[in-house]
Amino acid sequence: MTDAAIAVPAGRVPAAGALQAHAAQRRRQLVVAAIALALMAAVPLVVGDAYLRNILILTLMYAALAQAWNILGGYCGQISLGHALYFGAGAYTTSVLFVHFGVLPWFGMVAGALLAAVMALLLGWLCFRLKGHYFAIATLVIAEIGLLLVHNWDYVGAAMGIQWPLGPDSWATLQFARNKAPYFYFVLGLFALTWLITFWVEGSRWGYWWRAVKDNPEASESLGVTVFRSKMAAAALSASLTAVGGGFYAAFVAYIDPDSVMHFRFSLLMVLPVVLGGIGTLWGPLLGAVILIPLTEAIRSYMGGSGTGTDLIVYGALVMGVAVLKPEGLIGLFSGWRRKAGAA
Amino acid sequence: MNPASAMQSSPAPTAPDTSRPILQLTDIWQRFGGLVANAEVTFDVPRGQILGLIGPNGAGKSTLFGIIAGARAPVQGQVVFEGRDVTRLDAPARCTLGIARTYQVPRSFDSMSVLDNVMVGSFSRHTRAAAAREAALEVLDFTGLIGRAAASAGDLTPPEKRRLEVARALATEPRLLLLDEVMTGLTPSEARKGVELIRRIRDRGITVIMVEHVMEIVMPLVDRAIVLNLGRVLSQGAPHDVVRDPAVVAAYLGDRHRAA
Repeated sequence: MTDAAIAVPAGRVPAAGALQAHAAQRRRQLVVAAIALALMAAVPLVVGDAYLRNILILTLMYAALAQAWNILGGYCGQISLGHALYFGAGAYTTSVLFVHFGVLPWFGMVAGALLAAVMALLLGWLCFRLKGHYFAIATLVIAEIGLLLVHNWDYVGAAMGIQWPLGPDSWATLQFARNKAPYFYFVLGLFALTWLITFWVEGSRWGYWWRAVKDNPEASESLGVTVFRSKMAAAALSASLTAVGGGFYAAFVAYIDPDSVMHFRFSLLMVLPVVLGGIGTLWGPLLGAVILIPLTEAIRSYMGGSGTGTDLIVYGALVMGVAVLKPEGLIGLFSGWRRKAGAA
Repeated sequence: MNPASAMQSSPAPTAPDTSRPILQLTDIWQRFGGLVANAEVTFDVPRGQILGLIGPNGAGKSTLFGIIAGARAPVQGQVVFEGRDVTRLDAPARCTLGIARTYQVPRSFDSMSVLDNVMVGSFSRHTRAAAAREAALEVLDFTGLIGRAAASAGDLTPPEKRRLEVARALATEPRLLLLDEVMTGLTPSEARKGVELIRRIRDRGITVIMVEHVMEIVMPLVDRAIVLNLGRVLSQGAPHDVVRDPAVVAAYLGDRHRAA
């Protein structure tokens, strides 16, 4: 007991202090999040331009999607390059249920989330036997197969896609033709939901187990972590939140076809904000999306239709820059700054 | 902690039978391709002792650890823990039953803090994070790592990493602890602290099996020693008898020690 006694002269007191400090830190994070969300909610009061609001909506949507991807890729370390599949599952489920059966998109999104979770469990059962790059390649290939299947599936409109009927503006059907502000508040809510779920899970047993699985699966198993089940849980949660985003997107654009919701590009746009902002962090996905999505739109509007692919070149350069200069993501800049401020 | 989770977190439903050996290995064989790593390994481990598993490099010590902890099933033989056949159970299930291990090359979760590393272990007994954190802090205190709780595991010195391996395993509240060369590379004063820690672990009622190369450390510490050579049990008994066994001297210690 002697050396422990030297390190800790006050006995049990530091442990109690550490518990309280941790609880205080968690509360502080919640307060920061509440302030950040309140500030974001005020943005449409300042920004009235329809084009800019459109960019804001897409930015928050990708922030939410990236946060969902982060649960599986960032925390659990299973790099999926096929999340467009779940995005498409949500978009198609919501669209089919609304257009063919008159089911409100709110319920459609829940159904899409459940379908995506089941798909993620089935695919996880197959793919989680693969490790590292092999897993990533498998997810990419499966998402491409999904895209091809939907392309040839007449019931869901095949290559023609599904057109949502025109109707009056309504929160029930999530149709807003003129003023897009309600869409902004919907995605803000979706982002808040994914952030809160991530925050809660990060502090729970699942969060610890996922990070352990990411760092060292074999050591995790020796500590009682059921690695396969942990991966399955992360995949199901991540996929279902992604599908909710897909359902929203379908309602937002009111017309979907296979390439407009299941293209590989969507998978990339969920991964890149996380890599750019900070993988496995609470705020990295939002930071990455805030940089990446407006940039995408700017490139598109300058280059026009001829600029197809230019945005991907810029992403590539950005990710390479981050990988070399700040591998933990741009969120690392903030913690470095905070540490300096704290030391001063 | 609420009573329900306390019930859930208790390691075993039945009280362990203290008169029987905690671990019984019967005719364990392990092969990797043409290589025989373990052959005919049979021995019992009495409860509450420190057992030293010694032998030259490649004797099959770490392989045997893997078989006991459930990392890999043997090709033949039986592992019985507290009277229960666990040969076909995987590592997480054995952890739940009360077997924990460390690794020869430390496998800390380097992106996590020292406290979070230990919490991964304590979550095997506690569902709620606050309870797991409290248990982990207690283990850090016990192992003398409490001062490093907030440090990143990747920033630890090699001796601290070995200590973290032990802390993480202890956090799973094992009744059998397998220590794979935790003393290797320690300075004499660090090794003394390590010896003291292992004694305190045993005093908590935890049975310890340790693989070790450094004979000066093993021999005074262990209650019983088993010598493996070429995957087989060469000799077993009290440490001072084992080191005098001519077969052991010839196979492992070499002629230099014959006079001793």
